[in-house]
Amino acid sequence: MAEVQAKPMPVPDSISRPYWEGANQGEFRFQRCRTCGKAQFYSRYACVHCQSTELQWQVAEGLGRVASFSVIHRAPIAAFMADTPYVLALVDLDEGFRFMCNVLNCDPATVKVGMRVRVCYETRPGSEQKVPQVEPATS
Amino acid sequence: MGTKAIISGVHDTQVGALPDSTCMSLHAEAALGALADAGLKVSDIDGLLTAYSFASPQLMLGGVLGEYLGLRPKVNASIAMGGMTAGLLVRHAESLVRSGRCRHVLCVTGDNRLTGMGDKVQAALADVGHPQYEQPYGMSVPAAFAMAAQVYFHEGWLNGDHLAAVAVNQRANAALHPQSHMKKPITMDDVRKSKVIASPLRMLDCCLVSDGGAAVVVSAAETGRDRPKRAVELLGIGEGHTHEHIFAAPSLVDFGCKESAADALAQAGLKHQDVDCAHIYDCFTSTLLITLESMGFYGRGQAGPAALAGEFAIGGRFPVNTNGGLLSYGSSGAAGGMFHVVEAVRQLRGECGPRQVKDAEVALAHTLGGIFSGHCSIIMGRA
Repeated sequence: MAEVQAKPMPVPDSISRPYWEGANQGEFRFQRCRTCGKAQFYSRYACVHCQSTELQWQVAEGLGRVASFSVIHRAPIAAFMADTPYVLALVDLDEGFRFMCNVLNCDPATVKVGMRVRVCYETRPGSEQKVPQVEPATS
Repeated sequence: MGTKAIISGVHDTQVGALPDSTCMSLHAEAALGALADAGLKVSDIDGLLTAYSFASPQLMLGGVLGEYLGLRPKVNASIAMGGMTAGLLVRHAESLVRSGRCRHVLCVTGDNRLTGMGDKVQAALADVGHPQYEQPYGMSVPAAFAMAAQVYFHEGWLNGDHLAAVAVNQRANAALHPQSHMKKPITMDDVRKSKVIASPLRMLDCCLVSDGGAAVVVSAAETGRDRPKRAVELLGIGEGHTHEHIFAAPSLVDFGCKESAADALAQAGLKHQDVDCAHIYDCFTSTLLITLESMGFYGRGQAGPAALAGEFAIGGRFPVNTNGGLLSYGSSGAAGGMFHVVEAVRQLRGECGPRQVKDAEVALAHTLGGIFSGHCSIIMGRA
């Protein structure tokens, strides 16, 4: 049997590096615009709301809510087959932005829209990069 | 206000597993078929618009097809906007004709996605989604579309029976089309018991992967009287673009189809109830129902019950996807959306035989790219 390829991992670039380095330090970093005051995910050259380039990095509390989710039974690529069924979710952090992640450390059947979650960091074999994820806030 | 534009010729190839086809043979078959349908020669074509291929990726697909067919157009472009591309080809052909730049624009799509991908399948699947913010989480295309469906389920606007009714109806429609990929009848129970792919979507909620091609010719309206087939006029075309990645969508309930449909209807001077049949991009059963509600054809939570009540059937109140759609007719890359355009034209010409919607005078063809990311709505009518 052919060796299963590793899961895809992010390749940080000059704009996203603070985000991914933050994850390695247990910080969920995001950009907030100094001009309009709004938060954005993911990090960009300019603010998606007002196009100002006056952006500053902040650290999120890491608490949020499941906006939607799907329990994946058929993995898109072999690297995720062993994880099925796994939960893919869109999570709204309390700071006012949405990101995609998996919901870890729970039975997929218990995940609901609106469920409170908190950010956690997954370590993957063969990679130094920690991956921001969520788990139920009550666990 | 320039020249009006009509669709003067259409053609779609056989769809399904066509192991003897190539990406270019499908393009050529579709293109020559549409030219014959329009009563035109290759030398009449002054504009060529093409999409993209996954099986045989090209830097300049329009250049490759021009060379392959012996075409020397004045205008040549390839557009890559995912599933909405077919609609965009028609939209830009319409602009070229209206402006007087071109008289006859050939729009061609096709790909041998089922049998021609070889070992490129895995690479193509791995490439789906944002490389930093989606791919590390094992996102699949069904799961991305399921994000909107899950909200509709949570709110009580959709359920599994609603989705199953869409799949069953479209399979029945495909059985009436001589070229369709999947004709074997399915029941509500077949859908409800099919494997979960990404909840709440099951195997029979998902579109096919097919080989096939489709092409249309968009012409200046005044050339229509010399064409063999009844002309179909492009009455209004709208687009709506809100995001690329599903996590960046401003809403999981309403999408750019709301703007694209409103714009197309306004240009046509028509209302929702004037549309006699709709041909809507249906990569998943849920996509169709959500799009119908977001476009305003049904109120919130009403598209699913309408599907269950049989309203989308060919003899129903609002016939939808009469060829069977991407779910059962076929889905061949950018040609998936073009199949909808071709079927809309055939309905307005009255050529659909057992699939014919009685007295169809106004049709909507709607294509969607990405994860509800970009939309193109085309309102057309009997000229």
